[in-house]
Amino acid sequence: MDNIGTFLSVLAQGLPETLIATVGGIVLTILLSFAAGLALLAPSRPLRVISRIYVEGLRGTSEVVQLFWLFFALPVLVGFEIVPIWGGVLVLGLNHGAYGAEIVRGAIQSVPRAQYEGALALSLSPAQRMFRVILPQAVVEMIPPFNNLFIQLLKSTSILSFVFISEITRQATQILVPRFNPQVLQIFLLLLLVYLVLSLLITAGMRALERVASARLGRGPSPGAKRLASTGGQG
Amino acid sequence: MIVFDGVEKRFGDNVVLSDLDFTVAPGEHVTLIGPSGSGKTTILRLLMCLESVNAGTIRVAGRYLSHMEKGGTLVPADEKHSREVRKRIGMVFQQFNLFPNMTVRGNLIEAPTRVLGLPKDEANARAEELLDLVGLRERIDEHPSRLSGGQQQRVAIARALAMRPDVLLLDEVTSALDPELVAGVLALLRDIGETTDITILCVTHEMGFARDFSHRVMMFDGGQVIEDAPPERLFSEPEHPRTKEFLKAVLSRG
Repeated sequence: MDNIGTFLSVLAQGLPETLIATVGGIVLTILLSFAAGLALLAPSRPLRVISRIYVEGLRGTSEVVQLFWLFFALPVLVGFEIVPIWGGVLVLGLNHGAYGAEIVRGAIQSVPRAQYEGALALSLSPAQRMFRVILPQAVVEMIPPFNNLFIQLLKSTSILSFVFISEITRQATQILVPRFNPQVLQIFLLLLLVYLVLSLLITAGMRALERVASARLGRGPSPGAKRLASTGGQG
Repeated sequence: MIVFDGVEKRFGDNVVLSDLDFTVAPGEHVTLIGPSGSGKTTILRLLMCLESVNAGTIRVAGRYLSHMEKGGTLVPADEKHSREVRKRIGMVFQQFNLFPNMTVRGNLIEAPTRVLGLPKDEANARAEELLDLVGLRERIDEHPSRLSGGQQQRVAIARALAMRPDVLLLDEVTSALDPELVAGVLALLRDIGETTDITILCVTHEMGFARDFSHRVMMFDGGQVIEDAPPERLFSEPEHPRTKEFLKAVLSRG
């Protein structure tokens, strides 16, 4: 186990790429989730159709193949290459945004109809009803499923190793494994632990967020915490 | 103030209101009674534009609510038109429907500032005044979830009044409350009825309240008004057999 220090420092060199891909991917996921989720419920039919095509198209095809397509097929098509890490962020965000759109749609639809009627009875406009009344309540319901989604996204960053991005999985497979082959067991165990620590950080952040959001709805912290724990085991 | 003219409302094949005509005068308090499914709540929901008519027209303060005039003909109202007309109408619901993402104050100032364009300090002053009226001034910065059902309903009444409506719709506002909280809400409504000239339409099962609060009681059955009379007469000498039957069933309950 005396090489642990070396292993950690080599993995650490890949950490910035993993973190950029994760954080960038999460930001893009959130933006796309809300845009597409709201569009799925829009009164305008073309908007709903476009959004539905995006969701089904991205959700129903392989993430790895999408990545290959962006990196190896698109440059042939349009004649320029995307900066690898941003290409990675794009695929991760587009992909998880498609799942997130359904989270947003489901959460909005779970807000009791009575809230919509209460807002309508006060003559609030459709946009005010959505952004002042419905969405703030729906966001609390979105946090646990988004926590799952963000953890999935974190783990998906490992596929970026296929397109030569030196994130932590590539550091392990391309640098550590060839050099310290007999210790492959420890290398991959360590790699798994790094992902675990990062995912626990995401969960901690999301729990804090859920506590704040629940408090703003005047709810106690315990039911939210319980719900979060019960949805944490997926994936 | 309110005119229903040949109104029909169907849900699929189920006809809830058919060829319904009635008028409510300004400042009048009208209570709608009748068995469940008789269409009385539907009338309030039509007035609030939570439902739309299948036939006929509704006018409020001389303006079409269900329709709008376009090039000399009547067409179904669009969102903007109906929002303009229903600004004059407030509604209180059985389940309060307060917004849990806002404090009591937020609930009271949201629509006055955003819909009526009232400056914030004016909306706040109005909110405080109304909370004084409903006896909850000291709870202004709390979350609705911290209040009892009766208190929440009083806040909901204050919220509806904050829009200074000409018409107030009360949809079974005490039905979801514990028995000991009902009296406080009814007393508040009596107070509002006496001190304002708001036109009030009320659906309730509280016959005692209906009797001393309303100027007129309309008995509904099968989507029609089958009896329409001042409460003294309707409650003591009902004419229609269905009214007699209904009152007997409701009054014997307690």
